[in-house]
Amino acid sequence: MSNLLLFPIIIPLIMATILMLFPNKIKMQRLVALLSALVTLIASLFLLFKVYNDGIQVVTLGSWPAPFGISMVSDLFSALLVVTTSLIVLFVVLYSFPTIGIKREQSFYYPAVLFLLTGVNGAFTTGDIFNLFVFVEVLLMASYTLIVHGGERQQLRESIKYLLVNIISSALFVAAVALLYSVTGTLNMADLAVKIPQIENTGILTVIAVLFLVVFGFKAAIFPLYFWLPASYHAPPMPILALFGALLTKVGVYAIMRTYTLFFTMNVGFTHELLAIIAILTILAGCVGALAYFDVKKIIIYNIIIAVGVILFGVSQLNEAGVQGSILYLIHDMMIKAALFFLVGIVAVIFGTSNLRKMGGLMKTYPVLGWTYLVAAFGLAGIPPLSGFPGKLLIVQGGFEGPQFWGSIVILATSLIVLLSAVRIFIYAFWGEPVETEPLKKSAYHAMLIPSMLLVAITVFFGVGAELFMPLVSGAAEVLLNPSLYIEAVFKE
Amino acid sequence: MKTNDVMLQTVTKVVTFIILMFAVHIFFAGHYTPGGGFVGGLLTASAIVLLMLAFGIRTVKKIIPVNYVVMTSVGLLVAIGTAAASILFDVPFFTHAYDYFELPLFGETSLHSALLFDVGVYLVVVGVTMTIIQTIGEDE
Repeated sequence: MSNLLLFPIIIPLIMATILMLFPNKIKMQRLVALLSALVTLIASLFLLFKVYNDGIQVVTLGSWPAPFGISMVSDLFSALLVVTTSLIVLFVVLYSFPTIGIKREQSFYYPAVLFLLTGVNGAFTTGDIFNLFVFVEVLLMASYTLIVHGGERQQLRESIKYLLVNIISSALFVAAVALLYSVTGTLNMADLAVKIPQIENTGILTVIAVLFLVVFGFKAAIFPLYFWLPASYHAPPMPILALFGALLTKVGVYAIMRTYTLFFTMNVGFTHELLAIIAILTILAGCVGALAYFDVKKIIIYNIIIAVGVILFGVSQLNEAGVQGSILYLIHDMMIKAALFFLVGIVAVIFGTSNLRKMGGLMKTYPVLGWTYLVAAFGLAGIPPLSGFPGKLLIVQGGFEGPQFWGSIVILATSLIVLLSAVRIFIYAFWGEPVETEPLKKSAYHAMLIPSMLLVAITVFFGVGAELFMPLVSGAAEVLLNPSLYIEAVFKE
Repeated sequence: MKTNDVMLQTVTKVVTFIILMFAVHIFFAGHYTPGGGFVGGLLTASAIVLLMLAFGIRTVKKIIPVNYVVMTSVGLLVAIGTAAASILFDVPFFTHAYDYFELPLFGETSLHSALLFDVGVYLVVVGVTMTIIQTIGEDE
């Protein structure tokens, strides 16, 4: 089964296409969407198992030989991310049933979600930099649909900004790819990793590397390119926000991690120090935002930006601890952000607003929700033994071993701010004087709470059982730190 | 406002068929030379748009009662299906098959599974273009 690694991309694609045929049959839409997310998850787990046992899986499309055809490469890092993505989409689909509303379900909501899954899984799997652009476009198209989906006033206003920013960054992306091609004569990532060290003129390559950092930085929301994110993500309804917050920026982060470990390593002193500085600035900027707002959505959205900074700082150190920490933290962050958005979404539904000042006293009426949120918030801040801890520990260790030890200090200090920002929601919404709440049907409440609790439970398991996942993570980090493994796998065929 | 578009309508009646024939020509030319499903699809869509300009959206909807969203979906399925057929034969995704056949009237002809893929692309392009144009055009 040489094509196994393509299944997590093809299954949602085919199912999304089939779903387009009958937009009005909501029951069927829900069932098919849920099943396809589930089957995608199973396929991706098979893939992870296969990669773990048999090493890196490669398919070069159309049977062309490797540097000429488009290679799809699944190493442990990409397989882990594909599994996480499929898992999150499954939960988002579950969470959408009670929250998204029939009107949206009737107008191609589930196909758009599945197309997004296709794009994200494709971007994580591809081994060709132009193909990466194509998959990013696929997921962007789906995200354009989702961000305007429903056509509320705020959504329409923010989608224009979102569209503009992404179109500009996509144009830059193509320009950067063209520049890279003119210098190296190839776009296959493995081939790039072979050719780039042979080029003596590293000046132009450094420029290209920084250009790619800008391109991916737009998607990943690094400082100072994150300006579009808080407002745009605030607009769509909660399940879409959870999907975006958990997955979209992570594609940018993944792209930076991949390119900055595989082939843009010719001038580490400049590019990776720049990456470290930007990462720290990103964390600080995110902290300011997370403390400044009294809007539950905004607080969590700014926490996305903080996490992006933390992950990228780990990569910039280019040592074993740093990269392993980044991988762990990336997976943790995808799950915990989705879980937090789910929980905050329930809180916002109960109060009918996302303004923290108008909340209070939920602990008596919804105790389970309160405790689940507290666990998720502690997980976000990285309190041991929850899921944020092992990743952050390794990143901090990597920083102390690497050249930018001051970055680790900033990360440790800002962890407290992350904790404060997340616990502030708990204090305001769950403690204090009870505020009048909107009536919420028990069944709808449970339909929202159960997927959220399951996801939080998985993150707790991921934190407590981090030791179990370490062989996978260290295997993933090994490939990132030794590009020769990746190159050999691609050219072996 | 009612305008007199006899000229446009008369010309359209002829030109539409020329465009459609040319679309077919371009579609098959794409096998070895520039052309293919994408351009063919755009040409076909432009022919339908010309009809719409001359006779109005409602008339065209009556003579071509196609749901373009379904058309897009079917096209995608054909295209993905062609590419995914390679999975059944356990060769890398997108691997195509071709051979030469003796056909009546055409003589020796090369048939390529890429043609089927192009049919999918053609349907998608016509479907998407028409969906966009109809959606914009219906807003009064």
